[in-house]
Amino acid sequence: MKTRKLLVLFIYLVFVLVPIYWLVNMSLKSNREILSSLTLWPDTLTLDNYRVVLTDPTWYMTYLNSLSYVTMNMVISLAVALPAAYAFSRYRFLGDKHMFFWLLTNRMAPPAVFLLPFFQLYSSIGLFDTTIAVALAHCLFNVPLAVWILEGFMSGVPKEIDETAYIDGYSFPRFFIRIFIPLIRPGIGVAAFFCFMYSWVELLLASTLTSVSAKPIVVQMTSTISAAGIDWGLLAAAGVVALLPGIAVIYFVRNHVAKGFALGRV
Amino acid sequence: MDKIHNNKAWLLVLPVFALVAFSAIVPLMTVVNYSVQDIFGPNNRYFVGTEWFSQLLRDPLLHNSLLRQFGFSFSVLAIEIPLGIVIALSMPRRGLGVPTCLILLSLPLLIPWNVVGTIWQIIGRGDIGLYGWALNEVGIDYNYAANPTDAWITVLIMDVWHWTSLVALLCYSGLRAIPDVYYQAARIDRASHWAVFRYIQLPKLKNVLLIAVMLRFMDSFMIYTEPFVLTGGGPGTSTTFLSQTLTKMAVGQFDIGRAAAFSLIYFLIILLVTWLFYTAMTHTDDKA
Repeated sequence: MKTRKLLVLFIYLVFVLVPIYWLVNMSLKSNREILSSLTLWPDTLTLDNYRVVLTDPTWYMTYLNSLSYVTMNMVISLAVALPAAYAFSRYRFLGDKHMFFWLLTNRMAPPAVFLLPFFQLYSSIGLFDTTIAVALAHCLFNVPLAVWILEGFMSGVPKEIDETAYIDGYSFPRFFIRIFIPLIRPGIGVAAFFCFMYSWVELLLASTLTSVSAKPIVVQMTSTISAAGIDWGLLAAAGVVALLPGIAVIYFVRNHVAKGFALGRV
Repeated sequence: MDKIHNNKAWLLVLPVFALVAFSAIVPLMTVVNYSVQDIFGPNNRYFVGTEWFSQLLRDPLLHNSLLRQFGFSFSVLAIEIPLGIVIALSMPRRGLGVPTCLILLSLPLLIPWNVVGTIWQIIGRGDIGLYGWALNEVGIDYNYAANPTDAWITVLIMDVWHWTSLVALLCYSGLRAIPDVYYQAARIDRASHWAVFRYIQLPKLKNVLLIAVMLRFMDSFMIYTEPFVLTGGGPGTSTTFLSQTLTKMAVGQFDIGRAAAFSLIYFLIILLVTWLFYTAMTHTDDKA
């Protein structure tokens, strides 16, 4: 039983990791080697692709653009979602259930539906081609998700804690920041992870709302596809670099993930 | 938990409402507005009423890509949910293996979607990709760029690779939340592994599984970037899913009125299915 479990896990992990290994492998090869033959290990190891990604401003600026809108999105999403999730988990109010469902429907709106109106909306208020436009657009699907996750966690905190705090003379803001937020730290970690993940990997909206000055890395990657063919090595190197922030985030929240991924609903 | 009735709670929800309304209601109204017009240029548009809708509902283009989409989404769920449960059950419960597994499993989730497409584009190729090469070596005639079935299977396997981790991580956290007493009781009763799974683990996983099913359904129903990069929707239209049909219509043919009507139909379908899931979910919440 024990070995069979390990075997299943091992096979699946190999299945997950081989394509990623292939990406890393490709990023260390020259284009000629990538296209000429199948090699499990680069014949001539080259760091040229990484040199381009990390030193050419057209590349690393897009990387910074992406990081900036993802961070903004994470902060905005959590800032508005925290009080709302508290309201949903603690109070019953006019239209609460409908409101919650309406929020969820926005998580389900396919970005393709909103492409054109978003483009017009952000152009008309002069935010086109800014990182804040992308951050706001990504709120469309991240805020509902953050509310949903946080509501689950908050419902797990006994209401007696709130009542005791109020009896002890805490005001709402002070109670919320000093007592409540520390209690649901794992939830915040997981919500932040989800916001990061979905905002970081999204391409369709990010590419529609930007052109030059706020171009994100995911869009810059598509520029490796030109009339002369695809610059596979460069694309692979950019992909590997784009993986790094995600690994950093998952490393920080790894201890919360075990219980937190269930969105507090178990 | 008993909730207090207090309409002042609306003040706390207001920021979310304002933000989401800004990025949802205004664009949605724009789409509704477009959907009833035939647009040739900024100052050259005609009101056509519900003509787009009645035309689209009879359009085989919509029917086919809708059928493909449902086929794809249900295949995704049918593979990823059981596989995710199996993997979650096989994961270690303590020790250094836990964070290692968690980080390795989350890797595919963090790769930008166009890179996911690119990885599979390369690895599926018969000449320079490991999987495609291996399949050809063992004698299977596999070519995702020319054979519709191969292309469809490749997109499906790509999605399994990409998202099963999410299901596994959700289930894992669900399993971790089961108190040890349950297992002790099962040991005293000499319950079989299957009985433990069927009567302890599965019922406790119900809530997480609903979340997993819902998230996977929504995301697979909106899939765009990965198949677009991998196959461009082809060969033929074998992997052209709803989002891509829509984008082609709006951007490629610049058929805005028709695309807007299509968007609304698309959105309503998602809404309906989600409502079913949501009702199922709140229903079980009430019972618990």
